[in-house]
This record gives sequence, C-alpha cells and structure tokens, in this order.
Amino acid sequence: MQEILNTNTVNPSLLTALILLPLIGFIINFFFGNKLPKSVIGILGSGIILVNFIIVCSFFLGITNGSISESSEINLSKWINVPDASIPFNIPFGFLIDRLSIMMLLIITGIGFLIHVYSIGYMHDDKGYFRFFAYLNLFIFFMQLLVTGSNYLVLFIGWEGVGLCSYLLIGFWFKNQEYNNAAKKAFIMNRIGDLGFLIGLFWVFEQFNSITFSEVFPQAQRMLADGTINSSIMIFITILFFIGATGKSAQLPLFTWLPDAMAGPTPVSALIHAATMVTAGIYLCVRSHVFFALAPFTSDIILYVGLATALFAGTIGIAQNDIKKVLAYSTVSQLGFMFVAVGLGAYSTAMFHLTTHAFFKALMFLGSGSVIHAMGGEQDIRKMGGLKSKMPITFITFWIGCLAISGIAPFAGFFSKDEILAKAFEHNTIVWGLLLLASLITAFYMFRLLFLTFHGSFRGTNDQEHHLHESPATMTFPLIVLGVLSLVGGFIGLPAVFSSNHALNNYLEPVLKDLSILKEGHEELSHSMELTLMAIAMSGALIMLFWCFKKFTKSNAVSMAEPTGFTKVLANKYYVDEIYDAIIVRPFQAISKFLYNIFDKGFIDAMVDATGYIVSVSGNVIRKLQTGNVGFYLFAMTISALILILFNNVLSHFNF
Amino acid sequence: MSDFNQVVGSIPLNYYILLSTVLFCIGVMGVLIRRNIIVIFMSIELMLNAVNLLFTAFSAYNGDSAGQVFVFFNMVVAAAEISVGLAILVMIFRNIKTIDINQLSKLKW
Repeated sequence: MQEILNTNTVNPSLLTALILLPLIGFIINFFFGNKLPKSVIGILGSGIILVNFIIVCSFFLGITNGSISESSEINLSKWINVPDASIPFNIPFGFLIDRLSIMMLLIITGIGFLIHVYSIGYMHDDKGYFRFFAYLNLFIFFMQLLVTGSNYLVLFIGWEGVGLCSYLLIGFWFKNQEYNNAAKKAFIMNRIGDLGFLIGLFWVFEQFNSITFSEVFPQAQRMLADGTINSSIMIFITILFFIGATGKSAQLPLFTWLPDAMAGPTPVSALIHAATMVTAGIYLCVRSHVFFALAPFTSDIILYVGLATALFAGTIGIAQNDIKKVLAYSTVSQLGFMFVAVGLGAYSTAMFHLTTHAFFKALMFLGSGSVIHAMGGEQDIRKMGGLKSKMPITFITFWIGCLAISGIAPFAGFFSKDEILAKAFEHNTIVWGLLLLASLITAFYMFRLLFLTFHGSFRGTNDQEHHLHESPATMTFPLIVLGVLSLVGGFIGLPAVFSSNHALNNYLEPVLKDLSILKEGHEELSHSMELTLMAIAMSGALIMLFWCFKKFTKSNAVSMAEPTGFTKVLANKYYVDEIYDAIIVRPFQAISKFLYNIFDKGFIDAMVDATGYIVSVSGNVIRKLQTGNVGFYLFAMTISALILILFNNVLSHFNF
Repeated sequence: MSDFNQVVGSIPLNYYILLSTVLFCIGVMGVLIRRNIIVIFMSIELMLNAVNLLFTAFSAYNGDSAGQVFVFFNMVVAAAEISVGLAILVMIFRNIKTIDINQLSKLKW
C-alpha cells in the first residue's frame, strides 16, 4: 500500500462532481420539486445517478488499465485542524478512491440508477413523488461519502446519513403510525450500533493517534508483521466496530429493525434495505480488514454471529406470508453469509457475495414491487398465485433471482455462495454443515415464495384478478437488466476448479494483499473436493426446488388457518420482538413512567411552577404600589435617590 | 478665562456649595409639595441649575474647563426635557382641563 505505483490520482473536480451531484439533485427536488412536473423530477433524479455511474465507470477503467494510481487520496478541504496539540489532531475532508471504494461505488450508482428508473414507474401516483426522489438522491450522496471517505469520520458522516435517509424513507408514508414506529425502530436500533462504532473510533485514535486510513493501516500492518495479534485493545476496537456493523447490517441481536423496515416503499427496500446500505457493515469490516486480521478472536465471533443469523433469519423466513417480509429475512440471512466470509478472513469472498446479492436481491425486491403494484397493494402471498401468465417479465426475472439466491449454477449466487461454503469447509466441517443447512433453507423459502406467487391458481378477489397487469417499461427495464446481471454476475469469480483466473480476487488483490502474510502454510482445497462440495450444495438446492414445486403448486397449498406448533413460533419470528419488548422496552417505559411521576412532576415541574407562582404572587402585592398618583411617584423617586445616596455614603464610610 | 476664575475665586467655595444645596433642596421640596405641574417643572429647573452652579464653581476653582462644558450639555438636555414635558402638559390640559397632578391618577395597572 505504501509504494505508489504512479502518481496519477483521479481528477479532483471529477470526484467533487461525483460527491456533490446527488446533493444538488436532493436540493433541487426537495425545495423546488413541488413546482416541477413529474417527468422533470424523475429524469433529474435518475439522470444524476446515471452521470455518477459513468464517472465511476471511468474510475474503474482507469484503475484497471493503470492510468490512475491504486489509491488516490484527495483532500477537498481542511476540516478539523488542531496542529498544536500534544497529539496533532488533523482530519481533512478527504476522499479515498481505490479498488474497494470503486467496487462499492459501482454497485451503489449502478443499482441505484436502475432503482431510480424503477421508481419513476412505481411511485408515479404518489403525492410525495418529489420528496421520494429527493430522499433517494440524498441517500446516494451519503452512501458515496460512506464508501469514499479517506478517514473514519467522513465514513461516519455517511454512516449516520444513510441511517437518516433510511429513517425518512421507511416512514415515507408518515400518515400511517405503524410505519412511523417502524422508522423509529430502525433509527434507534441503528443508534445502538452507531454508539459502538463511535467508541471504537475514539479508541482507534487513542491507539494510532489518527483516524485517517492511510496513517492507521500501515501502523496496523506493522503490528501484524510483528506478530502482535489478539492484543486486548485490538479485540475491543474490532468488537466495537462489529457492534456498529450488526446494527447497520441487521445481524443478531440487532436485526429486528430490517423486517419492519419493509414498511417503506418497495424501491427503498430494494436499494437501501437489500443492496446498499445494509452492506455498509460488510464494507466497514473489509475496509478495516487489517484490524480484524489483528484480532482473530473477534473474527471468530463474527463468524459465529453471522452463522447464527443466517440460520435464525432463514428459519423465520420459512413461515412468513408477507412477500416483502420473506425477502427481508432472506436479506438478513444472506448478510449473515457475508459476515461468515468476513469472519473466515475471506474478504474478497464477502465482497463477491455482496455484489451478487445486490444484483439478485434488488431484482427480487423490484419483482415483488411489480407484483404488489399489480395486486393493488396486496402483499400476502397466500392471496396470490398464478401470476405467471399475467406478468411474464416479472415472472421470468423472479425465477432468475430465485435460482441465483438458491445457488443453482450457473446463476450468480451459486458461485459466491459456493465460495463461502468452500472457505467454511476449509475452516471447519461443522460450520460448513450449518451453512449448507442455511443455504438449503434459503432455497426452500425462496421457491415457496416463487411457487405460491406465480404458479398454481389465483387466490385473490375478482377485482384484483381483473386489475392484474404487467408493469410499465420503466419498471420492467430494471428487472431485465438486473436479471441479466443475476445470470452472468457470478462469472466475475469463477472457482479455481473451472478457471485459474478469479477476476474479482485479482481485482481486489492490491487492496487485500497486506493479508498475504497470513496465508503462509495455507492449504487449498483439492479440485475434486471442491467439485464434491459444489455438487452437494447444488443437488440440495435442486431437491428443494422440486420439493417446493410439488408442495406449493397444489390447489390446497395454503391454508389461512393459524399455524400451530413450531411453525407458529417461526411465524412469530421466535418472539424476538416480544422478548425485546419485555426485557428492554417495557422496563424502560416503566422506569420512564416512574421518573416522570416522581422526578419530573414532583421535582422539576414543581421547581418551574414555583418560580412562576412566586413571580405572580409577588407581582400581585407589588402592583399595589403603582397607584397612578404622579405626586406619589415623584415622592418615591426622591426618597429612593436619597436612600441611594445615603447608602453610598454609608458604604464608602465602611470602605467596602 | 483667568479673569473669570479670579472673579469666581473671590468668593469662598463653601458659599457656592451652600447656595447650591439650598437651591437644590428648595427644588426638591417644590417637586414634592406643589401640585401645579408648571411649578414642578420650575422646581426641576431649579435643581438642575443648582447643579450647574456647582459645576461652574468647581470648574473655576480647579482651573479645568470640563465642568463648564458639561454645563452646556446640561442646558441642552434641560431645554429638550422641558419642551417635551410642556408638550405633554398641553395634551394633558386639553384632555382633562386641569394641571393638578392629583387629578393625574390614571397611570396605573
């Protein structure tokens, strides 16, 4: 990282444009949007993101053909400067463009653009149309800050900013109190994680006297080279960072906000709560991978938390009937997969799954949005069925998404998930087994969703059946593009058995090469073993496919009856919300109520009331002095002056 | 200036202080006792001029002209004050047909 291959950094004005364009879009749409025609708002909102995507593509091409340097750090301005302190505290408003941030930017702007286009169709009849595009642009702005910041503080601005946008967009239909509660829940749960991240950040400064990546990481690498691993301070820093990541990326125990976040409009679920924002935790871990390499203890914790989340959320997903809730739990579960990869130290694998997941999960969310659009707002899959002939494009692309997430070759998810499974197998067979189980569960609920929604016969009302239609072109176009990406996206990371050229690993190698020190004496899986693992995973997924096909395309596949037994536990999400409610929310409310009654009412209110009471009583007495008689006023004035003079004389006499 | 100082200096300072005090007290008593607003104004003028006299005397004894300059300011302020006061007085008279301050009892809560 230290040696600079060549000195060509990215063009600073291009970078400034990249950062500022979405902010400008937000300002225009937010403040003037209600006067602009809808077509202008939509074109402006998505056009800006397209421009950004083109800029990022130019960075990408530049960095791959070597015309710009591996990591360009650009300080747009000074920000916090305390040069004279005993420890100089200098934080520039700086940006770092390297392979990792370009990869994230490609996902953010690329998928962001598609979802903006989709929103033009999806939100067309909404009164808050301009507000929606303003928020989406603001989100892209903050997400870009998050991934391009050259120090943890700029990253943190983005981190908080995307949380804000998430809040605003979950509560987008703010007239519904339930949605507002979901928004608040997301914000508060994220705040818990953010606090952890913030404390970790302070600790980084304490340890390294800087929070700029280019100053912190070389020091950490020296520690790595010295073999100082698992020092307690690094364990604390990494655990605190991971707490931040669990909040943002919805891992155990802070995951419950993500399913509730489905209250927002579907494009938001696709963009923020599936493809980009929730992956910020992964990005943080990958960006700080040197820290995690220094603390294998934390990596193990991440591994097991990710694994537990993958299984936990996956099993909940089986029993959900809301089309978006299923996808939400699937997202939580897939994020668990990514954290498993992070925990295994396979950072490029985590980024690989992040990318493919962004493709197919955005695809499926947009597909579900298309279905909800056609069903007139209905989200219960028990009332759907047989939609395949009515909406063929949605149907085909949704199939692609399902095949991709279930891990069936040659779709994108197969390669990334298989890579995680292979790494897990190298690490520990039990972890591999549980992960395989989670992956099979994924396949099960995904095919259940697919068959219940698109196959069989229609189970909704007649009105809904007449209303069924394929979505407009602005909505199907992103579906088709994402469908293609889900189909071919996996080829950026072909496993060693098929090709010796793993494009993604090669691409990220310069960013992650400082970890090569850990790879010594590491045995690669034999090709036959790798093939066997693939065959097991894929045959499992295919079995799930056929099982679900038999089970869920029958006419009596769904019952509206209350689930019983373990299914009931699953349908109620293991009662996690209820448990949190009982052990955190309600005691908290009880304490608040107690303090309100005793402390607030008895003490603070009493103090304030007493102040007012004293003023009013004394005023009542003193106002009698104001008789209105001018002669009396003159008398009072003279006497007062006299008293003042006397008083002054007495005081000076005593030498006060 | 020196002539003036000599003339002033030919009378002891205590006399000036005494005269000023007497004038000032007369003014104060006038303000407190009389009920005619015009007379009250005149009493206030008396107090002001008592102070002016003292200023002048001290200034002359100290050989410092600042006190005399101050007297001019005092006169300007007094003139301004009296013109506003008389204007108010005229309005009061038009309204209640009297200038007896005991009749002015409406300025209250």
